[in-house]
Amino acid sequence: MIYRNKINKTNLNSPFRGLGGSFIINIERSMLTSEGNRLLKVDLEIANNELLCLFGHSGAGKTTLLRILAGLFTPDRGFISFKGEVWYDSAKKINLPPQQRNVGFVFQDYALFPNMTVRCNIEFAQKIRNADEVDSLLSHFGLEALQKQYPAKLSGGQKQRVALARALAAKPNLLLLDEPLSALDYEMRLNLQDEILKAHKLLNSQTLLVSHDKEEVLKLADTVVMLRNGVVINQGKPNDIFL
Amino acid sequence: MNSDFINTLLLTGKLAGWTTAILFVIGLPIAYLLAYKRFWFKSLVEALISMPMVLPPTVLGFYMLVAYSPKHAFGGFFEKYFDTRLAFSFEGVLLASLVFSLPFMIQPLQNGLVAIPRSLREASYTLGKSEFTTFIKVLIPNMIPSIVTALAMTFAHCIGEFGVVIMVGGNMPGETRVASIAIYDEVQAMNYDVANQYSLVLFIISLVILTVIYSINGKSAPSAAP
Repeated sequence: MIYRNKINKTNLNSPFRGLGGSFIINIERSMLTSEGNRLLKVDLEIANNELLCLFGHSGAGKTTLLRILAGLFTPDRGFISFKGEVWYDSAKKINLPPQQRNVGFVFQDYALFPNMTVRCNIEFAQKIRNADEVDSLLSHFGLEALQKQYPAKLSGGQKQRVALARALAAKPNLLLLDEPLSALDYEMRLNLQDEILKAHKLLNSQTLLVSHDKEEVLKLADTVVMLRNGVVINQGKPNDIFL
Repeated sequence: MNSDFINTLLLTGKLAGWTTAILFVIGLPIAYLLAYKRFWFKSLVEALISMPMVLPPTVLGFYMLVAYSPKHAFGGFFEKYFDTRLAFSFEGVLLASLVFSLPFMIQPLQNGLVAIPRSLREASYTLGKSEFTTFIKVLIPNMIPSIVTALAMTFAHCIGEFGVVIMVGGNMPGETRVASIAIYDEVQAMNYDVANQYSLVLFIISLVILTVIYSINGKSAPSAAP
């Protein structure tokens, strides 16, 4: 459930801000789109264990927001806290680097390391080496037979499953998925939507998924946030928004 | 083959080998900074590194020779603290060679780093890996063709160096007389047979190095995309 405008001037200045169990985002960042400069302005609170879809056309600011949450972009100003830990606070000059946010990020191009096998990609993500956990992830995503293959030999769907398994191997607090199905054909998308749900359940925490596919959002999301030109124009249950 | 011929070729290999090894160690971090970091004097640094590609070697050699003089701060420092006179010595030629070959090492490494998709670095960071770990375990293994090119180009360029070596090193057998100088010297002395022997060796080494570069880059091209 999202509580729109729950963060306001008053509670932004409160010493207790960000101490709840939820994910609080209140940021601004100027971004350059094909239609010129836009201001991304987002104010959200995301409840525990929710799968939230950021929905909107290209240039709406979905990927920019996801990258800000991962620490890959810095907002111009604002505040981000996750389960009580402040990740970014422009007023206090706090900005945790991506390494300290413990976020699982699945990139649009999957970003699998070409020099590592499927198994090595997953092992690389582990903070403490644990072969049993790697085996378990390989089994969960049906990758046992591919574990010695290099990414160049994999299909798009297989790469996506490896990327999901790798993101979970780091035991992240939060899973961020940047249009992970956009490069796949329709049938493959349907199959892999189940894999995303599986990953979300394994994670047992918040998942944010960027998508511009209504069907996908209806199937996967607990809640949907619609972005247009950098601002939230609608949010709620997918059925309420789309049907 | 006489011992002079062998010694000259060994000295040429020694100069090229040391230059390549030292430049690889200092070139990697410089290429990393130029590829990924922004700083206000970056263009100036890039221009300075590339200068040897456009500057006549004699210009660079002249300024280095002046700097090597014990009367100047740089040469005086080396003489005082290392008891080394840089002008007309192997160390002096090596130092000049490092400066002159810098772009041949930096540019392929920088291009190799820039060509790696940004998402690979970012994926590593989000998995908690430091910039150094990412550099060693993700970036370097995925730019092997660029590293081979940088090493081979630097080595090959070093072997063919003439202008800088003659300016700062002269023609001292066993110390600064490398193959390219020896060719010129033998031609001046009308010893065309010896000049031909040196030339043939340099020709073959250069051909082998370039063939290796094209072969490695050709093989890696289809699987370069992740």
